[in-house]
Amino acid sequence: MANAIEARGLVKEFDGFRAVDGVDIAIPEGSIYGILGPNGAGKTTMLRTLLGIIDPDDGERYLLGSDNPLSQSRLVGYLPEERGLYQSMRAVDTIAFMGALRGLPLKEGREKGRELLENAGLGHAADKQIKQLSKGMAQTVQLMGTIVHNPRLIVLDEPFSGLDALNQAKLERMIRAQAERGVTVIFSTHVIAHAERLCESIAIIAQGKISFDGLVKTARDRLRPQVHLETETSDGPWRKALPGGIEAEGNWWHFELPESGVEPLLTALVEGKAGVRSLSIERPGLHDAFVAIAGETVAAEMGEGSEIEAGEIL
Amino acid sequence: MIEVLRAAYVIGRRDYMAIIMSKAFIFFLLGPLFPLIVGVAAGLLGGSVAEDADRPVVGIALSAQDADLLVAAREKLGTQLGDRTFPEIKLLATSAGSEPLNAKNFLKDKEEGLTLILTGSLDNPKLTGTAGALARWQGEIGLLLGHALQGNSVKIPTIMQETIAESSGDSKKARVATGQIAQVLLFMLTTLLAGMVLSNLVEEKSNKIIEILAASIPMDSVFLGKLFAMLAMALTGVLVWVTVGVTGFMIWGGDLPPLPEPAIGWPLFFTLGALYFAMAYLMLGSLFLGIGAMAATVREVQTLSMPVTMAQLMVFFFAMYTVTKLGQPIEQAAAIFPFSSPFAMIARAAQVETLWHHGVAIFGQIMFAILTLRISVVLFRRNVMKSGSGGKKEGVQRRKLFGVIPVGR
Repeated sequence: MANAIEARGLVKEFDGFRAVDGVDIAIPEGSIYGILGPNGAGKTTMLRTLLGIIDPDDGERYLLGSDNPLSQSRLVGYLPEERGLYQSMRAVDTIAFMGALRGLPLKEGREKGRELLENAGLGHAADKQIKQLSKGMAQTVQLMGTIVHNPRLIVLDEPFSGLDALNQAKLERMIRAQAERGVTVIFSTHVIAHAERLCESIAIIAQGKISFDGLVKTARDRLRPQVHLETETSDGPWRKALPGGIEAEGNWWHFELPESGVEPLLTALVEGKAGVRSLSIERPGLHDAFVAIAGETVAAEMGEGSEIEAGEIL
Repeated sequence: MIEVLRAAYVIGRRDYMAIIMSKAFIFFLLGPLFPLIVGVAAGLLGGSVAEDADRPVVGIALSAQDADLLVAAREKLGTQLGDRTFPEIKLLATSAGSEPLNAKNFLKDKEEGLTLILTGSLDNPKLTGTAGALARWQGEIGLLLGHALQGNSVKIPTIMQETIAESSGDSKKARVATGQIAQVLLFMLTTLLAGMVLSNLVEEKSNKIIEILAASIPMDSVFLGKLFAMLAMALTGVLVWVTVGVTGFMIWGGDLPPLPEPAIGWPLFFTLGALYFAMAYLMLGSLFLGIGAMAATVREVQTLSMPVTMAQLMVFFFAMYTVTKLGQPIEQAAAIFPFSSPFAMIARAAQVETLWHHGVAIFGQIMFAILTLRISVVLFRRNVMKSGSGGKKEGVQRRKLFGVIPVGR
């Protein structure tokens, strides 16, 4: 499968600070791809560099096969992190204008703009000026402008920020719908839950470096499933089946599932008369994988946002 | 290249429509009225002040007969030469009295407010006053006295008049004036517009739409579109002004006054005027966009644009200074230096018939405007978009400055 985006040794410095530090990345076409990282990790700079908005200080980049990203502009839709619209422009004209920037004739852009707004339940806002719309509606209009020209690649920088739960859900549906049409969707986020729900593949970026680039499943599989066990007894021959060095928390034991698997563990617990009161085996989430990959420090930097979002979903 | 122009058209169209539909355009249309109103008011006020200040009163201390003759001469010659040609006359009581008049004391009396005092007789007059007043008015008063001495019998024939647009005697002077007026108009319009381009770019940066533009089209297109949108707006404004002016003149003004025709004729002069306006604006506009490129905030833009505006003013004065120095090295320098060239060349068009100079000048100005624009784009990408060196590939920098990044499928 061809890559929508490919970069090798990408470097971008600002006044001696390396915002992007030797990034190697390959994003396959047709996938939903998440770029995860804390605020200030270099996500936006990396995306800007990959899209040709800014030039790298070193390295190579290919966008839809071209080393001149702007030459592919008509095939790309981009929603920047800092939303910007002409306040006096009508919603439908805004969409048409954004399409026109990418080569779509204005008339066609207006027709498609109305259609997109109707589908999003915002048909009534088509002829209103942007300044008359709510923030969420304006963001939706900008999103429509990002996709109006039917791009092959959509890049969304922190698309969920500033949206309420309902609009976040709408956006997730839109991303899935685009992916079903074969469009590559790349989005950056510092909220792991969105990536976990939407993405097939992710890159984890911290301090300008890519710590992981691959399938979400691969990231998760880096961690062993977690076992949470409650026993009646605190010692016995069954203890040999548990990993060494773990301590009980009351009657509870928390440990990674041994590589031998579930069956030998169960057998040892039963035959060793551990008195199993409760046993659960959890597959690790992306958050756990992220913590493991990017390190505790970076995970801490991500703050409570991810916790709250994760809570909303689970 | 076609794609760059297409994208520039998209930007230009949006900007043009946004400006035309905005309140700012109304203010732009009304803009010339303000200096006009201020100018007329200042002129009237200044004229009135000057009139009052320059209207001396001469005290006449002559015999009654001489005084009557002098007053009659004042009235007659005032009608012929204009009332303001001569000072006011005030007959002093002493003129009929027996006591000799002390002119010096009279002139010191503030209540009388006299500038000069005429004593003696018509054939033996004596004028008393300050040296300045005497030098200024002795000729006119002498003329009045001479006329009075003739008994006001000099017959002044009625002169039949025929008006022509110009004569060889005053044509050179009139063409210089035409050139200067054209320079002033070009400068005012150019400065006004270039400032508006700067505001427009700053607004774009502050409303954060610039990133969408930068991700979609080359920055050359953004800058080109903005420049030409403003130029189109200016031409629309000029069209409105001309239409209003001509309509107003047709309704209230009657015939246009005969104007001295420029050396190359009016149609070519107007065409070149429009071209030089476009060139002056494109060069200054590109420069201002470059300033916008170097500044990150509105305050920085204001700080940076002030010295440039002052420098532009000096360039304009430089061009104005050379209007009367046609063909001299300093005038040629003004014609060659890009920022003064449009002003110097329009003045030249008013005075010299040669046309090929203009072709060369316009070509040079276009090249310089393109260069300025390219530098502004590179600066913008580097300073505002924080773009880098473009990798270590050889020749990349050269391509960025002089080439256009191809865009398209």
